[in-house]
Amino acid sequence: MSIPGLLRPLLCLLVLLVQMPAHAQQEDKGQALLQQLAEASRSDVQAAVVAIAESGDSRARDWLDAYGNNRLSVIKDTGKVVIVTNNRGRDWSIQDPLTGDSLGEMSRRELDRISINNALRTQLASLLAMMDLDVKDQKRRYEAASGLLGEVDASMVAPLQARIEKEQDSDVRGRLELALAIYRVEQGDVEAVSVLSGRLHPEARAALNNAVATGEPAMAAAASEALETVEQRLKINRAAETLYFGLSMGSVLVLAAIGLAITFGVMGVINMAHGELIMLGAYTTWGIQQVLPGQPGLALVLSIPAGFLVAALAGIAIERSVIQYLKGRPLETLLATFGVSLILQQLVRTVISPLNRTVVTPEWMSGSLVINDALSLTLNRLYVLGFALVVFAGLMLIMRRTRLGLEVRAVTQNRAMARSMGIRATRVDIMTFALGSGVAGLAGVALSQLTNVGPNLGQNYIIDSFMVVVFGGVGNLWGTLVAGLSLGTINQLLEPWAGAVLAKIIVLVFIILFIQKRPRGLFPQKGRAAEG
Amino acid sequence: MTIKKHVKMGISALALSISLSAVAAEDPIKVGVLHSLSGTMAISETALKDTILMLIEKQNAEGGVLGRKLEPVVVDPASNWPLFAEKARELLDKEKVDVIFGNWTSVSRKSVLPVVEELNGLLFYPVQYEGEESSENVFYTGAAPNQQAIPAVDYLMNNIGVKRWVLAGTDYVYPRTTNKILETYLMDQGVAKEDIMINYTPFGHSDWQNIVSDIKRFGSAGKKTAVVSTINGDANVPFYRELGNQGISASDIPVVAFSVGEQELSGIDTGPLVGHLAAWNYFMSVDNEANYNFIDSWVAYTGDDEAVTNDPMEAHYIGFNMYIEAVRKAGTTDVDAVKDAIIGVTVPNLTGGYAAMMPNHHITKPVLIGEIQDNGQFSVVWETPSTVVGDAWSDFLPGSRDLIADWRKPMFCGTFNVKTGKCGASAGEQAKAAAE
Repeated sequence: MSIPGLLRPLLCLLVLLVQMPAHAQQEDKGQALLQQLAEASRSDVQAAVVAIAESGDSRARDWLDAYGNNRLSVIKDTGKVVIVTNNRGRDWSIQDPLTGDSLGEMSRRELDRISINNALRTQLASLLAMMDLDVKDQKRRYEAASGLLGEVDASMVAPLQARIEKEQDSDVRGRLELALAIYRVEQGDVEAVSVLSGRLHPEARAALNNAVATGEPAMAAAASEALETVEQRLKINRAAETLYFGLSMGSVLVLAAIGLAITFGVMGVINMAHGELIMLGAYTTWGIQQVLPGQPGLALVLSIPAGFLVAALAGIAIERSVIQYLKGRPLETLLATFGVSLILQQLVRTVISPLNRTVVTPEWMSGSLVINDALSLTLNRLYVLGFALVVFAGLMLIMRRTRLGLEVRAVTQNRAMARSMGIRATRVDIMTFALGSGVAGLAGVALSQLTNVGPNLGQNYIIDSFMVVVFGGVGNLWGTLVAGLSLGTINQLLEPWAGAVLAKIIVLVFIILFIQKRPRGLFPQKGRAAEG
Repeated sequence: MTIKKHVKMGISALALSISLSAVAAEDPIKVGVLHSLSGTMAISETALKDTILMLIEKQNAEGGVLGRKLEPVVVDPASNWPLFAEKARELLDKEKVDVIFGNWTSVSRKSVLPVVEELNGLLFYPVQYEGEESSENVFYTGAAPNQQAIPAVDYLMNNIGVKRWVLAGTDYVYPRTTNKILETYLMDQGVAKEDIMINYTPFGHSDWQNIVSDIKRFGSAGKKTAVVSTINGDANVPFYRELGNQGISASDIPVVAFSVGEQELSGIDTGPLVGHLAAWNYFMSVDNEANYNFIDSWVAYTGDDEAVTNDPMEAHYIGFNMYIEAVRKAGTTDVDAVKDAIIGVTVPNLTGGYAAMMPNHHITKPVLIGEIQDNGQFSVVWETPSTVVGDAWSDFLPGSRDLIADWRKPMFCGTFNVKTGKCGASAGEQAKAAAE
């Protein structure tokens, strides 16, 4: 270790010690630093930022954070630097960066933002990461170290080495060593290549690719050898990833279709407004989030029963007002429910807004579950996958184990016979349709976490839903599950080499051919009732 | 012939002036508004309808123009492309409107083109588009590719040092043409073919897992990578969400979008998107008095404190003011007189500069690059030193390279081939031929 490397922390400590007692007069110093940043020209900004980072001021991190988030502004009249704590709307609330006191609200016109761009933000991020390496929290240290991958420059090498020696946590140390190795490979150090061998992080792969491209024989040979092991491992991860993508897309299809599997599959009603029932579920989520601001998680959990109820009630209304009068006339049902779907869409457009609504994703559902550097499962989709399976299991239970399920099956198999056995067929119709619609509402709650919540939400899923139900075999819930998951997987397998548009077409052609061959789908209904 | 024409013009002018003085007060200027208020495009177009209504209200409060009030005629083409043509015919034939402000998608404009040319109407089109068109009857107040796409790519190349490009778009005419132009442009700049990845997705695509993971892989090949996105409308929300979830930040792989504005962002939690880019000719966050006044009146008009403004709204603001200015200059709302008068008309835009109507019916615009902030707004990080003239015919497409448009006499042609010296079919005829 070099002497300056040792001296630096000592010097910092010394500076800190000197500053401590003088805290009262230090106000001016922070003021000067911020002013310097505010007035800096494009070329001087970096120096101003570094000056703040190295000032050792306890508030420096907050200032740089605010700067990185576009929250540092100057009051046009006085030239005073302030932190904007809320920058929505036309009046912004501001805060004194030195004391942290609120300064009330100020019109956007009066404020001039201290500008920052991506290049600067990247530098700022590595500066902040260097500061974060010293915090107690292991998670933050790990994140900071990960942020340094590929961002190390000459001035950081010495402090990083010092840090590695002090670091107790092996994960963090591994990250720091990788960050240093990437830097060394970039500088042409052949020995460092071995550290990168088999590492899956994109930055490591990028560094190796660049090393191969340099063309220096020893370096290129070592790098391409290391790259080979990387690619080998990447291939396995890629296969796992594609499988996950497929299952996740499949779970969305299953969720969207399973309500239809009941109304269309079991009852035989072609309900073109099924998509709009999904949309109602999604809007319920949005509505509850509006009532419970700041608690997106709780709102989401509450909207599961609420979405079910809203969609089920809407379903009952549709059944009572339209479908019951069109029993046994599929073509008229199709047209009438299509009309209902247009009415519902326009209703939402007029009453709520033609614009999409923001549904907030709760903290615990955003981001991803990191398996390794090349494979991470996005959390929102993971939850939706689980939710789809739970909903499916619940429906199975209702259809197989409850009185309602028994009655539904009886009525669909032989309506006249069931009625003569004392089953109130009309009531069963209502209950079944409500159940199918309610499940569509549940799909909407889940979809609000994946896609747009807008008036057109339902339209995007209606075709897919029918496709899945028909492919799986009308009247069979298992068929819907298998069909949804397999169609999703086929689609995602095709997508990388066929493109999204073509993949969709291929899947449709495949289904057409399949239905030609087996008109009753994957799992046809058996027995006299089905074949008669 | 000429004498006859002169006499005829004289008489009609006389008749006009008489009729003007006679019926000035009760004969308003009819302004057609042709924006979808239902269907898929209602999400974007409703705000434009309201913008025109607001501008008309304001103009009327100032006494209208030529002593006449303006009267809006709003129709709803319901995001249905053939219906656009029918509604345009209704506006021109039945309602006898003097001018139309309308359309969003290129396909709807192509559907309207033959009608406005046949009935000699005036159409102001406010949205950025793929170019390759110049009609005698249409004024393009949105950006042509050289006013948005090319400067954005220049910015990425020169200021961020991007060497590898993903061109991602929705599968229809605007992204396809824009990407073709960009591909040629990038190759001209020395980018290798294997450093360009092109990807198209269907409208309303919502499952972005595979594509985002592809982009991530493409970006880890060692060269600075950026995504140039012409992804349209709704599909952007799940796309950005997937980017955030898969941990791609703007500092790793920046995405520059041409179709994502303030309104699209109002449907997304922008926290994970901070730093991603968009190229437009206007941002709501532009620090300018005219802009603040426009926002204030928009908020007052909509009654919504959170209402956002966006680039096509500014285009309508410019187009509307240009029309008023041209009518004032021509002294009449006669279509041919306004068409002649409007070329060269210059009005202030909302970003502190001026927009001028050029002879090719496109306008001059500054190009701004903005970064997404956590409040759903953009902060401008770069802008062209001066305004850029809209180019109807791209220099980067074979076949279009030799064409120019100039609607001044004597050329008076939208498809003049400088090599053969001949004038091609009009935009409306071309659109009709393509439809058949």
